[in-house]
Amino acid sequence: MSVENDPDPKLAEYAHPERLVTTAWLAERLDDPRIVIAESDEDVLLYDTGHIPGAVKIDWHQDLNDPVARDYVDPEGFAALMSGKGITPDTTIVFYGDNNNWWAAYALWVCSLFGHRDVRLLDGGRAKWIAEGRPVTTDVPRRTATEYPVVPRDDATIRAFKEDVLGHIGRGPLVDVRSPGEFNGELTHMPDYPQEGALRAGHIPTARNVPWRRAANDDGTFRSAAELRAIYVDEQGLTPGDEVVSYCRIGERSSHTWFVLTHLLGFPNVRNYDGSWVEWGNSVRVPIEKPGHPVRPAVGSAAS
Amino acid sequence: MPPALQEIVDEFADTPREMRLAVLLDFSNGLPPLPPRFAEAGLLERVHECQTPFFVAAEVEDGRVRLFFDAPPEAPTTRGYAGVLAAGLDGARVEEVLETPSDFYTGMGLAELISPLRLRGMGAILAHIKRQLVARGGAGRG
Repeated sequence: MSVENDPDPKLAEYAHPERLVTTAWLAERLDDPRIVIAESDEDVLLYDTGHIPGAVKIDWHQDLNDPVARDYVDPEGFAALMSGKGITPDTTIVFYGDNNNWWAAYALWVCSLFGHRDVRLLDGGRAKWIAEGRPVTTDVPRRTATEYPVVPRDDATIRAFKEDVLGHIGRGPLVDVRSPGEFNGELTHMPDYPQEGALRAGHIPTARNVPWRRAANDDGTFRSAAELRAIYVDEQGLTPGDEVVSYCRIGERSSHTWFVLTHLLGFPNVRNYDGSWVEWGNSVRVPIEKPGHPVRPAVGSAAS
Repeated sequence: MPPALQEIVDEFADTPREMRLAVLLDFSNGLPPLPPRFAEAGLLERVHECQTPFFVAAEVEDGRVRLFFDAPPEAPTTRGYAGVLAAGLDGARVEEVLETPSDFYTGMGLAELISPLRLRGMGAILAHIKRQLVARGGAGRG
């Protein structure tokens, strides 16, 4: 019953080829009832201007985040979301979106917190689909609500909290996927995103800077398996046995890298620290490393 | 706040939550095209606070503000912000624009729909408009 993998030779080189599909593969399966295509964008109106035929919209802010606490929806909220989109636990969800699939990877990661089994990304995302002249529509599909079970959210396996990261310093690799300017403490926000600031700039001590963009080609597709291994394994010295924590500013760019390490390179122990720099750089007495300064306060003396 | 802008804020506030984004999309689609003379480089200022290439020019004609925007269709939300400001501020007196509160949009009820951090892009565009007006001589010499 399960949906076959995309046999594309580039995908076959990845550790988990079943997690990625090409635009050509998806274009032939728009009517497959076992698949729900979900668009997750940075721009909240983009879906409404035209989307892949049959695709539903899953918005990171409205649908996946709790409306009050800085957290994700609870199990009841997630079940209601899935049900409303016509998704069952057996559905194959193919995510795609704008901005190099940042939010698509984020949505995929959140679905993984709830253990949804078959989640895949569209390689190249929305931009590639449109650049290839493939069909789009403004028709919003009417899907029959399902009975999606209430499943507990697993916050331990692929998600890291601030306390986990404090304990992780010096014990395992931390991958900071922000731009070099943010990593080096020259900026408290991403270039062009000054609204999402932090009171302090720099990075978590011991973190290495591997900007998310290095994992992507200019057209938004992922680099080949060999290219990714050259960056993360040969150059950075990461090994699949490592317990890795990735972070960025609010957890969306690091979802992209989490996807690369977990599904494309097959590292089994990668967690995304979704609090990321907006939490760390605003927290009292957590250690911060900044070029030209000693780490302050010294690691180990910080409040937890 | 200029009455036209106040009307738009009220229109959003009175619209049911699930319809508000559709209203913003209408403003996005209704953004007037850029007059051809702006093809010349240097007439538009880039708003770096916006994530996508976005340009604005504020001019003054007989004491009235004229606004021109260039925002790509791939960024419909930013275009929507521009559409709101074009409809609400174009033709207003310079003083009225300069006195518009920088957080005028908080009454629109969009914060539940658009991440509040991203929503501030609207205020950033208004700040650029005000800066341009002040640089052009502000209220006194408009």
